[in-house]
Amino acid sequence: MTVSIETPRAPRTVRRGGINWEKWGWIYMRVSGVALVVLIFGHLFVNLMIGDGVKALDFAFVGGKLSNPFWQWWDTLLLWLALIHGANGMRTITNDYARNNLVNLILKGAILAATIVLLILGTLVIFTFDPCPAGAAANLLPTFCSAG
Amino acid sequence: MASDVLEKGGPRAHDVVPTFTVTMIVRRFDPEVDNEPRWVDYDLQMHGTDRVLDALHKIKWEIDGSLAFRRSCAHGVCGSDAMRINGRNRLACKTLLKDLDISKPIYIEALKGLPLEKDLIVDMEPFFDSFREVQPFLMSSSKPKDGKERLQSSEERARFDDTTKCILCAACTSSCPVFWTDGQYFGPAAIVNAHRFIFDSRDEGSQVRMDILNDREGVWRCRTTFNCTDACPRGIQVTQAIAEVKQAIMRGKP
Repeated sequence: MTVSIETPRAPRTVRRGGINWEKWGWIYMRVSGVALVVLIFGHLFVNLMIGDGVKALDFAFVGGKLSNPFWQWWDTLLLWLALIHGANGMRTITNDYARNNLVNLILKGAILAATIVLLILGTLVIFTFDPCPAGAAANLLPTFCSAG
Repeated sequence: MASDVLEKGGPRAHDVVPTFTVTMIVRRFDPEVDNEPRWVDYDLQMHGTDRVLDALHKIKWEIDGSLAFRRSCAHGVCGSDAMRINGRNRLACKTLLKDLDISKPIYIEALKGLPLEKDLIVDMEPFFDSFREVQPFLMSSSKPKDGKERLQSSEERARFDDTTKCILCAACTSSCPVFWTDGQYFGPAAIVNAHRFIFDSRDEGSQVRMDILNDREGVWRCRTTFNCTDACPRGIQVTQAIAEVKQAIMRGKP
């Protein structure tokens, strides 16, 4: 038998145009997952292990970090990658368990809204944070406040 | 040793096999009588060499002939007697009773995720539908050289050897939590059978299959829970096969 059938009964599925969200969502989870391992453990290491360890944590410490562009961008990356990673996971779980179309839509809308609000708020805090609020006791503030 | 016993003319090897009492709790469902499936107990005298399938036969032949289940070859080749045994998808003909904890009852039920028809029989059509959709047959536009056969090196053959072992018993697909909740997902078995042809050097339809599996309900739904690998009675590394298909789709070629 050497009969060659040119793709028997094969109606090639037409790919709907546009972006394949399911594929990019999957790739995003893998890539952000790897990046988050570095970002989160770097964050924990710097905050809790180096120097005085957990005792060093106070307003001055956080204020000092958030006025350094390196840590601003570190935290921004951490915020965006982690929040979208978590939201996408929640979306997947919602698709699994919320069988009712309306409930499904409401839950996913709520997740989307919460994600957007938190991303905007978080980014705003990171870049507009004032480490030297007026009228605060000098011993609670980062050292560079009194220098200037 | 059995051979010693035989030489001494003592009891035959068959009598030496230990016997024990085992309680089987089978999830019965008769669509003409029952509204809901019900659990029914059976106490059986079984031998140490018996499998779950032998116990089911004993129930059907000696206690209740109305018990319905599928089985054909009874030796792990045809793949028709996959069922949930103590909560895990197994072939009844490949599961020895003595390997289960026989101090406790053994729970037998039909595969999950497929429509229950009667007792241990489920409707396999949705499973076969997704199998058909990945077009599991050799696609080629050329005639083989010398009009005889399509040659392939042993390395090329080894590339997809693992996924040729599938017997379509549905143990993997019906153990997949995504398949349980998402009625559209292709399921592990369909992807395994697509893998078998995607990585076959003689096949020319890889792109078609990868396009099909790149769909919204295709390989991206897999969450690597490894339930399928655990359930496969042929020991196919199902989750790995799915991961290889994902990588092939990202590369755009096998």
